[in-house]
Amino acid sequence: MRRIAVSKRQRHHGLLCIARRNQFSRGCPPRTRRLSQKKSKRSGKGAFLTFIVLLLPLLGAVLAPSLTRLFGGKSGWLLAVLPLAVFIHFLGMLGTVSEGEPVTGGFDWIPSLGVRFSWLLDGLSLTFALLISGIGTLIVIYAGGYLDGHPQQGRFFSFILLFMGAMLGLVVSDSFLMLFVFWELTSITSFLLIGFDHEREASRRAALQALLVTGIGGLSLLAGLLVITQATGFNDLSTLLGSGDALRSSPLYMAAFVLVLGGAFTKSAQFPFHFWLPNAMEAPTPVSAYLHSATMVKAGVYLLMRLNPVMGDTAAWETVLPLFGGTTLLVGTLLAIRQTDLKLMLAYTTVASLGLLVMLTGFGSDLAVEAAVLYLIAHSLFKGALFMVAGLIDHEAGTRDVTALGGLRKAMPVTFAAALLAALSMGGLPMFFGFLAKEEIYAALGFGSGWAALATLAALAGNSLMFAVAFAVALKPFIGAERKTPKHAHEGPVALWLGPLVLALAGLLAGLASGWVHAGLSSPMASAVAGRAVEITISTIPHIGMPLLLSGLTVALGIAAYLKLGALRAGMAGLLAAIGWGPDRGFDQFVRGVLQASVGVTRVVQNGRMDFYMSVTFLCVAAVLLVPMILFGELPVLPAFPDLRFHEWAVVVMAVIGIGAVVYAKSRLVAIVSLGIQGLAVALLFMLFGAPDLSFTQFMIETLSVVILALVMTRLRLSLSDHRPLGQKLLDTGIAGACGLGFGLLLLKVTQLPFDDTLSQFYNAYSRSIAHGRNVVNVIIVDFRGFDTLGEIAVVMITGLAVLALIRIRAKPDAGKTREIEQ
Amino acid sequence: MKTLIFRTAAPFITALMLLFSVFVLLRGHNDPGGGFIGGLIAVAAFAVQGIAFGVPVVRRALYFHPMAIAGCGLLMAAFSGVLSYAFAVPYLSGLWAAPSLFGVTVDVSTVMTFDIGVYLVVVGAITSIALSLEDREDG
Repeated sequence: MRRIAVSKRQRHHGLLCIARRNQFSRGCPPRTRRLSQKKSKRSGKGAFLTFIVLLLPLLGAVLAPSLTRLFGGKSGWLLAVLPLAVFIHFLGMLGTVSEGEPVTGGFDWIPSLGVRFSWLLDGLSLTFALLISGIGTLIVIYAGGYLDGHPQQGRFFSFILLFMGAMLGLVVSDSFLMLFVFWELTSITSFLLIGFDHEREASRRAALQALLVTGIGGLSLLAGLLVITQATGFNDLSTLLGSGDALRSSPLYMAAFVLVLGGAFTKSAQFPFHFWLPNAMEAPTPVSAYLHSATMVKAGVYLLMRLNPVMGDTAAWETVLPLFGGTTLLVGTLLAIRQTDLKLMLAYTTVASLGLLVMLTGFGSDLAVEAAVLYLIAHSLFKGALFMVAGLIDHEAGTRDVTALGGLRKAMPVTFAAALLAALSMGGLPMFFGFLAKEEIYAALGFGSGWAALATLAALAGNSLMFAVAFAVALKPFIGAERKTPKHAHEGPVALWLGPLVLALAGLLAGLASGWVHAGLSSPMASAVAGRAVEITISTIPHIGMPLLLSGLTVALGIAAYLKLGALRAGMAGLLAAIGWGPDRGFDQFVRGVLQASVGVTRVVQNGRMDFYMSVTFLCVAAVLLVPMILFGELPVLPAFPDLRFHEWAVVVMAVIGIGAVVYAKSRLVAIVSLGIQGLAVALLFMLFGAPDLSFTQFMIETLSVVILALVMTRLRLSLSDHRPLGQKLLDTGIAGACGLGFGLLLLKVTQLPFDDTLSQFYNAYSRSIAHGRNVVNVIIVDFRGFDTLGEIAVVMITGLAVLALIRIRAKPDAGKTREIEQ
Repeated sequence: MKTLIFRTAAPFITALMLLFSVFVLLRGHNDPGGGFIGGLIAVAAFAVQGIAFGVPVVRRALYFHPMAIAGCGLLMAAFSGVLSYAFAVPYLSGLWAAPSLFGVTVDVSTVMTFDIGVYLVVVGAITSIALSLEDREDG
């Protein structure tokens, strides 16, 4: 019986699928044609190479544990070859992409759903890919030194390379589904990395928090992408980006906007979702330097920049983004001032920087986009370097508390140089790339309107406070009198200082050779973000004007803040203590609330009484069967009484006697056997009316049911007879009667409807000719619908495992004892 | 159960039922039968043996843990479909060959290995349930 019902449902489902596919292919041709044209333009070999390159980090993740077992911390140098290869491969695309020609490629992934595994590398994606692989190379080397001798270093390499693969996939994705899958993968790998020290409570909490916040955002993004598909009919970025105003003019624009922001703001730690990022500092420092400054947290910004050409330039976009971005900028810097831990100071300035980026993306003017692009590149370089410096200090001196550090310049000269170079870029001093970014920010915001003036003030305050924090991190630990630190500090190994030094120097070189950087990276990226050709011209030679004036003011304010840092910190600490409550605690309250609510719901729904479950289940079955039939007047016509032959009557009577025996049986064992009698009678009926397979199965099922039920009874040591109070008996009889009536009426109704025998004819016609079998039922099970059967036997197996586990559960002797004592 | 008649008859019944179960499994493609029914018959056979001689005897006779048998069955069924990729047809498409063994043509197919997989899953999973219920000590 069950199998028939199942296959009927599936048949229906199968037809639906076919219908949908047809509809799809009707709507599809222009898109497929366009893509195939594109494919022919690219050589197949190059596309294949890109695919292999995208897989390289994942390959590294597989190899890492064994390599680490063999070579220890030195394996970092070996593993760094993989991201380096990725970096070089993408570097080779720079020429094509900077001419405004995006590189695309891919293959069909799930053709029946129109899903492709396809990538789109324009200025924006390529810059991100280069940052991810380039900084990734340095981070892998750094992690080799930082976690040298850690028993789980191999696992760490595995996780971080997995993350790298996910992040690369995210920024190069063309199809929405791929984008979402990689987006989620970055959340999951970030969870693994934050919780790397899983034996510490704080790590576990931070990991879970990051996963929950970014995971909820991921769901929001998924919904947003679906809405975009619904609104425009496109399911990949390249077509969407070429569609002009299609999304903006759609009535679903607001829904898509809010949902996409939900994804971007949680990932990029915008206020009020910023709290997970500082907590994520529980991760080992290579993770903070990589994920939580240079790459993953920028995924939200990437998404906003990516969608700017099709979603930007609306009132909502230009209000909401600057508002949240500006707030995040101010909140981030103010909280950064409060901290004494080097990593936390940097983490809060990262929050602030992300706010600044979102704010600039929101303004959307050419200059603002240019500023955002420059700042994003500069930030990845200097923040990655500073995080690695903070880790290096922690590694060598044994503490990250800025108030406990001092005079390290002699012991750690290279680190000092790297830190200083990075801080100069972060502070935005001339010659450094950060300077260009800051000039462009002020040029973009200016004092054009009231709105822009407000943003300028926010940027001014934020930048000067970030200046102060930059030098608090990069200068304070190194100057002044030498302090006693937990470890005797000396310069770290080359693996540790190479990364920060290279990144910091890159910040300087990029500033000096700004012409090349603009031509290769920033201009193509800005063009991709703006959706039209944009040329960045700013160079490091200061030019007199409003931006320079504001820059000077920033530096002056920054120096003042740096000198008064102690007082500012005390002030902020007092303010925060006065406020008391923050989103971080709110998160805990939220989680606790959800847990309590679910415990409450579980108590009501799962009260642990089997008879209650059974009654509810069968009441629902009866209601589902009877209520629609009565409401819609679909009751069957009472059929004429069938003309049964003697032996058929005998079988029917046998079934009825079986049922009667079940009800009247004094002992449970007798009831079980009587139930078997009834079942066997039904099996006989199947046999008499031409369903031998069904009857065969029913015979076996009935036999085994009786055996297993009897075994269950003895195993559970149930009392031999089943006493129920009268009220219970009446209720149970009522429910059973209603169910029986419902099924009876339904079956009558089904047989009274005209029978569509298309499928029967199909199977009868093709069972022998296609599937070489005369037994249609079996051919359907193992061949035509084999995949369903595969699912079903998996269910059988899982059921077996579950039952096995249930049987093995024993009340623990200790638990019994304590209960006795309590009583 | 300690009755003499049952204990004497049980091995024969079990052996016959197992043989029958394989017969039913193999004839399933053209006549009533198949992996599912065959598997159920085999389970009944093991249950009879278990009731007559106790669970340890059956476990020893089975040699593998029933759940391992079920796992092998599931893998076998799943891998029956993998061969389809070599012939560039959709997953689980039936592939047939008719090699000649000692002058007799035998039809072998991935459909058959799939059905044997079904058989093993049913035998393994349900035997496992029945045996652990029968077992007084621990499953």
